[in-house]
Amino acid sequence: MAKKKDEGIFAPVGISKEGDSKIDKAVDLPDPTNKTHKQLKLKNDQVLEMFEMMYMQRRFEERAMQMYQKGKFGGFLHLYIGQEAISTGTVFAFNDDDDIITAYRDHGWGLVRGVTPKEGMAELYGKATGCSKGKGGSMHFAKVENHYWGGYGIVGGHIPLGGGLAFANKYKDNGRVMACFLGDGAVDQGALHETMNISQLWSLPAIYVVENNGYSMGTAARRHTVNEIVDRAKAYGMKSKVLNGMDVFTVYEEMQKIAKDVRKNSEPWFVEIRTYRYRGHSMSDPQKYRSKEELEEYQKIDPIERLKSYILDKNIAGEDEIDKIQEKIEDTVLEAIDFAEDSPFPEDDALYEDMFAGEPYFHH
Amino acid sequence: MAELQFREAIKQAIDEEMESDENVFIMGEEVAEYNGAYKVTEGLLDKYGFRRVIDTPISELGFAGIGVGAAMNGLRPIVEFMTFNFAVLAADQIINHASKARYMLGGQVSTPIVFRGPNASAGQLGATHSVAYDSMYAMFPGLKVIYTSEPEDAKGLLKSAIRDDDPVLFMESEQMYGLKGEVTEEEDFTIPIGKGKIKRDGDDVTVVATGKMYHIAQNAAKELAKDGVECEIIDPRTIKPLDMEMIVESVKKTNRCVVVDESHPFGGLASEVGFLIQREAFDYLDAPVQRVTLPDVNAPFSKPLFDLWLPDAKNVVEAVNTVTYRK
Repeated sequence: MAKKKDEGIFAPVGISKEGDSKIDKAVDLPDPTNKTHKQLKLKNDQVLEMFEMMYMQRRFEERAMQMYQKGKFGGFLHLYIGQEAISTGTVFAFNDDDDIITAYRDHGWGLVRGVTPKEGMAELYGKATGCSKGKGGSMHFAKVENHYWGGYGIVGGHIPLGGGLAFANKYKDNGRVMACFLGDGAVDQGALHETMNISQLWSLPAIYVVENNGYSMGTAARRHTVNEIVDRAKAYGMKSKVLNGMDVFTVYEEMQKIAKDVRKNSEPWFVEIRTYRYRGHSMSDPQKYRSKEELEEYQKIDPIERLKSYILDKNIAGEDEIDKIQEKIEDTVLEAIDFAEDSPFPEDDALYEDMFAGEPYFHH
Repeated sequence: MAELQFREAIKQAIDEEMESDENVFIMGEEVAEYNGAYKVTEGLLDKYGFRRVIDTPISELGFAGIGVGAAMNGLRPIVEFMTFNFAVLAADQIINHASKARYMLGGQVSTPIVFRGPNASAGQLGATHSVAYDSMYAMFPGLKVIYTSEPEDAKGLLKSAIRDDDPVLFMESEQMYGLKGEVTEEEDFTIPIGKGKIKRDGDDVTVVATGKMYHIAQNAAKELAKDGVECEIIDPRTIKPLDMEMIVESVKKTNRCVVVDESHPFGGLASEVGFLIQREAFDYLDAPVQRVTLPDVNAPFSKPLFDLWLPDAKNVVEAVNTVTYRK
């Protein structure tokens, strides 16, 4: 009997049309570091500060989501919830003048690099007091004076920009390291290939970090890209590493080592940090592409809860102190909302401002 | 005055600006070891070394974006495209990033970068190497577009472009690199961006033309002068900002206008100038504005078809005859 010919479908082998019901985790997490904060030379205060930073990102976004759902502001809202250990571990590992650039899932990155909750919330509201004067919105948080070059809205489009920041650092020989964060979806863009090739060719002091949260919008990583993402590095002879992004100590430890190596040798790195996005791609995402059970699996290893347990276990702080920190943050976020609501919208004249650094010109 | 080839004038501009500002560098395909695909960067590698004269892979998107990032971080890159036809691959970086980063971050960054290289067609190179992109980029807020026709304009405007704090597209032509012209030896000569030049005085009709089309307009004007029709030729030199004031003043004198534009007809410089004359000088017009453009057809290879496709002096004469009701 003739063998039945495979149906000509355009999807990876092994993907079922029906979808299966088993819990199929979107990313496999490597082991976290087993080092204690003391072994990592982190002081008790710093551990608490890490907790505070992560909790701030979480509550800021949870409240932002509520305000969005209440119709307080429009536009996109891509939430970082679940991924906070990556931004937090990285800024602790980096010097304050090292450069960071990211894509549109950028609120957390702003908050860890000097965008105040007030400036951030006001930006979401499109107010003149926002970090980008209400011109950018959710996708374009930035604090350039703190070397946070902002969030960008075209998938993969900011990757060459990151390469350019690193190029200028090398040109000026200023010892700064640049890290460009991108999602797993951006791995499929040609911009990454071109930038990695040039970065290795010119020995740029750059770290390209994929925050692999398992999904490119609503398409699972195994459905949108072939092989292991980190293995892309091999094609360029680039140094690489896979990290557990649900543990802030792991991110801190490894990013510190990598930044040190980049500073010393001016050679680029490609890092895949595996993590998980708790919320949809954006607010309009019904999330039918994944199961509730999968989400729950990752929430069990939540990076904030994990650090909280660590703090309690190691007697760095007691429940009372943690509660106080959380209450303080809650207040700060609520104040930020009040600030955003009370802030003025940009004046009409602002429409024509910030287009040019030099003499403005508008065709009429 | 010195007689220079177009390529030499461009090289002088780059060289002078690199000499005076350490933050200026040039990168692109073949710019360093090969000395430039069209010899525009000849000798610059020897003078400045591989730190400031940089060969790139054929990765327009990648190196254009690296240029934009470097500009954000304090440098003044000159990014050479072998032709603007290839810059289409870098359009995301020019259109979505160079022109928008400052605005969307509320003024926190600037992007002082020059994208330069030949524009439009250069003989029988086929459909993908023959498009004029000046009008397309001029559509985007935040981008300045220069397309010059003569060596002196090129030198003065390129120097201004490199010093500009915002992104500028500076367009040239493979077919004009060898063109010679008088270039002033005045020290630190620059031409302000956005100022046109009346290059031929005449009372009968205003002809607007820049880049390669300027030379076609000159040839047509010589023909027409034999019949006693005097063209006033305005070379805007800069597509955006456009020196509309100069054009309108001229039209108020001649009451007739022909725009010679190397782009395809839809939505180009010709249609924009036509609209603006209608708005600014309606009562002065003695005839509808006419335009000479490429047809709405891709560039053919075959020589007779190519010649039919590219505007020539004859087309300009016909358009002038139309606006002067001479046929």
